[in-house]
Parts: sequence; structure tokens; C-alpha cells
Amino acid sequence: MLRYILHKLALIVPTVFGISLAAFAFVRLLPGDPILAMAGERGVSPERYQELIVRFGYDQPIWMQYLNYIGNVLTGDFGISIATKRPVIGEFSALFPATLELATVAMIIAVLVGIPAGIFAAVKRGSVFDQATMGVALTGYSMPIFWWGLLLIIFFSGYLGWTPVSGRIGLQYFFKPVTGFMLIDSLLSGKSGAFASAVSHLILPSIVLATIPLAVIARQTRSAMLEVLGEDYVRTARAKGLSPRRVIGLHAFRNALIPVVTTIGLQVGTLMAGAILTETIFSWPGIGKWMIDSIGKRDYVAVQSGLLLIALIVMAVNLVVDLLYAVINPRIRVQ
Amino acid sequence: MTDETAGEGLSAEVPTGGRRRALAEFWHYFSINKGAVAGLVVFVLLVLIAIFAPLIAPHAPNEQYRDALLTPPAWYADGRAEFLLGTDAVGRDILSRLIYGARYSLFIGFVVVVFALVSGIVLGVLAGYFRGWVDTLIMRVMDVILAFPSLLLALVLVAILGPGLFNAMLAIAIVLQPHFARLTRAAVMAEKNREYVVSAKVAGAGHLRLMLVTILPNCVAPLIVQATLSFSNAILEAAALGFLGMGAQPPTPEWGTMLAAAREFILRAPWVVTYPGLAILITVLAINLIGDGLRDALDPKLKRS
Repeated sequence: MLRYILHKLALIVPTVFGISLAAFAFVRLLPGDPILAMAGERGVSPERYQELIVRFGYDQPIWMQYLNYIGNVLTGDFGISIATKRPVIGEFSALFPATLELATVAMIIAVLVGIPAGIFAAVKRGSVFDQATMGVALTGYSMPIFWWGLLLIIFFSGYLGWTPVSGRIGLQYFFKPVTGFMLIDSLLSGKSGAFASAVSHLILPSIVLATIPLAVIARQTRSAMLEVLGEDYVRTARAKGLSPRRVIGLHAFRNALIPVVTTIGLQVGTLMAGAILTETIFSWPGIGKWMIDSIGKRDYVAVQSGLLLIALIVMAVNLVVDLLYAVINPRIRVQ
Repeated sequence: MTDETAGEGLSAEVPTGGRRRALAEFWHYFSINKGAVAGLVVFVLLVLIAIFAPLIAPHAPNEQYRDALLTPPAWYADGRAEFLLGTDAVGRDILSRLIYGARYSLFIGFVVVVFALVSGIVLGVLAGYFRGWVDTLIMRVMDVILAFPSLLLALVLVAILGPGLFNAMLAIAIVLQPHFARLTRAAVMAEKNREYVVSAKVAGAGHLRLMLVTILPNCVAPLIVQATLSFSNAILEAAALGFLGMGAQPPTPEWGTMLAAAREFILRAPWVVTYPGLAILITVLAINLIGDGLRDALDPKLKRS
């Protein structure tokens, strides 16, 4: 198992190097001058301009700039945001819990609904339930989620008036973040109504973000179950007279789970892309919205480090999924 | 090469009779899937709408009727029959804009797929055929592209290239292309040491002939399925970029761009938001239905069951 982990780690080293190079290169390619962008409307005198060029190391050869950048990143220095003049890593880590909370709740919804739906569809193959579920799943998979979010706002916030339109919690609730997760913090604050407010803010964005992963997981679970249900050992289990619940739950589902876990891992990238749109629609103060704003403001430093951090997070999650995969599937480990 | 149909690749280099039979077999399996046929019908309709947009659309897409700002659809009490799906904030007919928008979405999907397919195939064939450092280099670059969430990467690429429809298409093609490269590489590696390739090599076929004429036609099935999926993905991502203000720019009647402009009216005039999104959903759904049908018809493993 240790060899397997080391092997996987060795494989991602060139990718991590490539990601850092790409993040660095992209931002150098952005049009406009970073110093002028930093100076903003007021402009900057030629002397001051030279001074800043030297201070930020833009006078050095490009490979030297890259090495400096990597050196800084490795020591936890991701640079100072051009727009806010604060350390990027501070901004990122302040906003990341909001995205993590949204993505986690979305993933829980997707798994809790998607897996059972897929199992039932497979077990009742060809039934009305199967066809309806797969129809809904394909619709969800084809959904432009930014539009879906707007529709939900029109109906639940506009027409019914049940949910707020934006933000993470009602403005009347103000407390110091402890964990950064609003659901937990609102409970810890002890203020009545705070938790309900947090839930009502979270519900629509998490449904929107869950839509595509849910559809993918339901489809994948169904096809994995169908494949497994045709196997000899499932027939044997049935022939032995085991209850259908035991056959499906124990024999079939555990084996069908393997491709489903991979699928779930692959959805992390989808979640990050979805978070950009979802956070924009619901003004959710997470890193997706922060990236969009940073791109809009031409905040080079923020875009560069945001790209790097997001790609690294996605990679780290995929690595964990790979390892989980080896845990549930001994065949992989042995290879 | 007389008929450019999806099933053709399966039977390249087979005499006409065999090709027709393969095509008939393909259609047999495809048409079992009712959803796929429905998707195909909707898609053909969309193509016709796009082609004949100027004839079908009741109004010019950018004509502003100043006396009819935010008119609701015709079936509302204060709707007007001439604006079937209502008008937007500057009085443009939504139905006409949607009809013209079909041109953009289908064009985007088509161009992106062709671009991603061609570059992906070239890179994948090179990697799978030569292996060694060529393979390592190409596939590591693909890994890096795939490590970024696609929409985020497309956004940054568009920020570098400058917002606009063409740059958005280019960015989406770059983001989607690694899937084709990976598929092609895997298929080429599987085929490379088969007897028919070895015999062609012994007969003196050069690298280029081996790569493109001998091996490639036998790797087509998974690529067709991936191309269909990418077609719908491209439309979705282009719409998302348009929605974020980084794709087609106003007043282009691109569906995502229309949604971006409509956002501020969602509570006052829901129809401005509803129909462009519905158009995206129907188009993407139709293409995905076709994709499912193609996968069932072209995948020999599923065919058996």
C-alpha cells in the first residue's frame, strides 16, 4: 500500500510542476501592465514605476521570476493582491470555507439522492421509475446551471418568497467566524434563528451546485449496478436464497461502488467550475466569485495564486480518491 | 468517401456493400433507443431553424421596439400577439433572438468540436504511435490542462485572449481537447501491434500512412461519442462564458449572453430569463440524447447485452 501511495505521488510531481508553470505563464500573458494596474486611476511617476518594477522583480529574467515565485509559494507567500493590497493567501483562506461548505453540502445531496436513485433504477430496469429517473438525470446533466439557479430564485425567492436571494446569512446575525462554516458557526453563536437563516441561504445554491454531480452519479450508479447484477456471483447469491435486499446491498452494491467512487472524485473539478457560476448567481462570498472578480479587476497576483491553489486542491482530492479506490478495490493495490 | 455518416468510420476500407450493411446495423441499434431518435429529430429541427433563421424569425434580432419594452408573452393579459415570447428590456423580440441564437450555439458547438477533435487526434496519434518522450511530453501537458476546472481555465484563457465569441471558442476547444488526445492515444496503442498494422508496416507503409490510414479509422467509435458529448459541453460552456460576460458580447443574440443581460429583470420580467435558458437546455439535452444512442450503438460491449 505504501508503495502504491509513493507511486501515485511520484506521478503527480510533473503535473504539479506543470500547473505552477501554467499558472505563472498565464498571468504573464494577461494583457496590460501589472504595475499600471496596481497604480490604478491615479497613474504613477516614471521613477516610482522603475522602483516598483525592481521591487516586484519584474526586471529579472523570466525564469528567475518563476523560481522566485515558486520559492515564495513554497514558503507560503502567494503575493499581495493588487486590488485589496492584502496577502492573497489570507483572502483565499478567508473565502475558501464558504466554497467548501457549499460544495460539501452539494456533494452530500448529490450522493444521498444520486446513489439510491441509481440503484433503484437499475434494480427496476425498464420500469416507469427507471425511465423517469434517467430522463430527469439526463435533463440535470444537460442543465445550464446558471439558468437553473435563476429559475429557482424566480420561483422560491420571487414568487413564494421562501428563500433569500443572496449571501450566506441574514444581515441581522453578526458573529465572529469560528470554523468558517456558517451552518456550524450559526449554531455556536447561540442566536435564535441564525441557523435557520444560514440553512435558508444555503439551500438553493447547494441544490444548483448539486444538480450536475447528482445526475452523473445517478447515471453512473445505475450502469455500474446493471453490470454487476449480471455477474455470476450475484446469480449465485440469489440462487442461495439470500433476500433481495442482501443480494443488492451486500453483493452487488459493494462491487458497483468502485466505479461510483471514481465518478464522485471526478466531480470535484465539476464542483469548482460550478461554484464559479453558482456563487456569481447567489452572491455567495466564496473563491469562485472571488476568482471572477479578480479576473474582472485584472488582479494578476490573485488570479495566478487562485488558479494554482484551486488546481492543487482538485489534484489533492483526486489523489485521496485514488487511494480510497485502492482501499476498496484490492486488485488495484496489488498491481 | 461518399457518405459522411457517423457509422462510416466503423467500416472504412470495406467495399460499398459492407459499408451499407454496417450503416444499416448501426441505424438498427441507434433507432432502438427512442430517446436518441427524439434527440436527433429535435437537433435536425434546430439545424433547420438556424439555417432558415431570417425566413422564420418574425422580427430582426436587434430591432428595438421602443413602444414595447418588457412586453410579456402573448398569452399574458397584457401580452401582444406580434411578440409571441415577449420582448426584452430594450424592446427586442425574444423569439426572434432565440431563433438567431440557434445559429450561434450550433456554430460554437461545431467549430469547437472540429478544433478540439483535430488537435486532439493529432496529439493523441503522435503520443500513442511514437511513445517515449513525445508521449510523456504531450500527455503531461494534457494532465495539466485537465487539472484545472474547465470553466475556470476557459475563463482565464479568455481573459488573456480578450473577451469575445471567437476567443471563447478557442479557449473551450483547448479545454476540451485533452479528452480526444487521451482517447486517441489509448485506441492507437491498442491497435498498434495488431497483425494488420504489422503487415502494413512490413509491406512498407510509412509512418504517416500507418498513423492516419491504417490505424486511425479503427479508433473512430469512441471519438464519435466523445465528439457528441463535447458538442453539448461546448454549447454549455460558451453559454456560461457569455453569461459571465466573457463570451459573445452584446448585442449578439447568443443565448448565454441574453441571460446575462436579463439577470437584473428576473423578478420583474421572468420570461426574459426563462426562454433563453430553455433553449440551451433543449439543445444540450437533444445532443446528449443522441450521444447516449451513439454510445449504445457503437459500443460493442453494450451491444451484446
